[in-house]
Amino acid sequence: MPIRDYWQDRPAGLVWTWEATAALLRWMRPVFEKLGMERSSKIVKPPEELVKGVLFNCQNCAQCLLHYNGMTCPMNCPKQLRNGPCGGVRLNGKCEVKPEMDCVWVLGIKRVQKTPYAKEMYRLNPPVDWRLEGQASWVTYALERDLISTGSETGVRYATEAIRGGNGSQKEDA
Amino acid sequence: MSGATSTVAAPAAPAEPAPIQTGLNGANSRLARVLRAGKFAVCVEISPPVGPNPEAIQREMNTLRGYAEAYNVTDNQSAMVHVSSLAVSIMLMQAGMEPVVQFTCRDRNRLGLQGDLLSASVFGIPNVLALSGDHPIWGDHPQCKAVYDIDSTNLIRVIRMMRDNQVFENGKQIPRRAPDFFIGAVENPFAPPFDYRPIRLAKKVVAGAQFIQTQLVYNVPRFREFMKRVVDMGLHEQVYILAGVGPIRSVRVAEYMANQVAGMDVPESIIKRMQGLSKEDQAKAGIDICCEVADEVRQIEGVKGLHIMAVAWPAAVPEVAKNLGLYPRPELEDDPVAEAQPAG
Repeated sequence: MPIRDYWQDRPAGLVWTWEATAALLRWMRPVFEKLGMERSSKIVKPPEELVKGVLFNCQNCAQCLLHYNGMTCPMNCPKQLRNGPCGGVRLNGKCEVKPEMDCVWVLGIKRVQKTPYAKEMYRLNPPVDWRLEGQASWVTYALERDLISTGSETGVRYATEAIRGGNGSQKEDA
Repeated sequence: MSGATSTVAAPAAPAEPAPIQTGLNGANSRLARVLRAGKFAVCVEISPPVGPNPEAIQREMNTLRGYAEAYNVTDNQSAMVHVSSLAVSIMLMQAGMEPVVQFTCRDRNRLGLQGDLLSASVFGIPNVLALSGDHPIWGDHPQCKAVYDIDSTNLIRVIRMMRDNQVFENGKQIPRRAPDFFIGAVENPFAPPFDYRPIRLAKKVVAGAQFIQTQLVYNVPRFREFMKRVVDMGLHEQVYILAGVGPIRSVRVAEYMANQVAGMDVPESIIKRMQGLSKEDQAKAGIDICCEVADEVRQIEGVKGLHIMAVAWPAAVPEVAKNLGLYPRPELEDDPVAEAQPAG
């Protein structure tokens, strides 16, 4: 959609809107806690679905990576990849499954570098918790139920750990 | 040979699958030991058959035996139904050939993947390769549901945590002992966004990848540029990179790969070189091109081995390996999983 692409290619406004929304959601956390995740979602979901559906073709995973991916929804990827593009991206940057669609990761990585979240392209995103699908991500975000850890690993990890000159120490042997 | 059992039994004296030792970080893997010894490693791809035909598997094993440290067994290659990677990997173990069992995220959720990883561990399979997998839309069952419960990066992370922390993806402990794997991943240096590919590789290294096998290299300048960035980031010191090479059998296959296979970069010059030749000469040119590419890529800094993928053409592998001087494979001192060398 050309209008959608126009705003996503100039993500500053969208990012500002997200940050304002995020501040409001964090402020509302006590309310969400009192109501519980499911009841809060029933109230918050309709407006969220409308806004994010129109703007981002939101897929309702409720563990939103939008601002980590240049305001481009990675769940539009036919493989629903959360950690970057697959090896099948066509040489023209189009999706291997839907040749008419730009790869959401090609777009997202280009766009995120125009935002304050550029370092998030190094982030290791945990798998989706499918129990949350259909909940309001605005609620899961406020309650910190989204983007949880996996297995025994808590806390966020970044690819920079492995990169010389990155933040982390390098591993000894492969 | 009539029954499956008799065919599965190795012709030469089969090595017993080595017992698993927790915390050894893939120490039972010959591939790992060759790489850690600083020797140039070779992996060869084995494609399981479509029909339940143990003789076909045995034939391919006999053709390829002795030409590699480890043999990658594809998992429903091209999203088409095949005999499973796990089953053929077990056959390889029983024949004393070391497998790299491949697991894609396309066909199984994390329950299925972890169950199969445990099963691979029960049989002592020492190497595993984690991939997203081709989308079913390109396969023989385009009507099926693509799973993609977790992505390849998270699958690598899950395998590493199973091994190092002895936990499942749900955080619960694995009873008794952890599976031991030498963990592999893939990267396609040719697919956009080019600038992001080394970063994605770094993600997989942090997730737990110990060796990387690349997409087939035909565009050497592009691959050289990719490797330069990988070396600049220092990734080549943390992960062993095996460059993918493979002979193309005919100009038709070359054109198919260039135009129909997503993520493949086959330069026009290769197709031109094969055009107008007789069928035999096309095949010969295919092997020549493969050897020329392999000769170039093995001199690139950071390349620690080759991954030979001769799609539907296993007979070409011995010639390629011999032309490159990569046969026989180096012997390791004190080898716990000594590979049965071919008799003749």
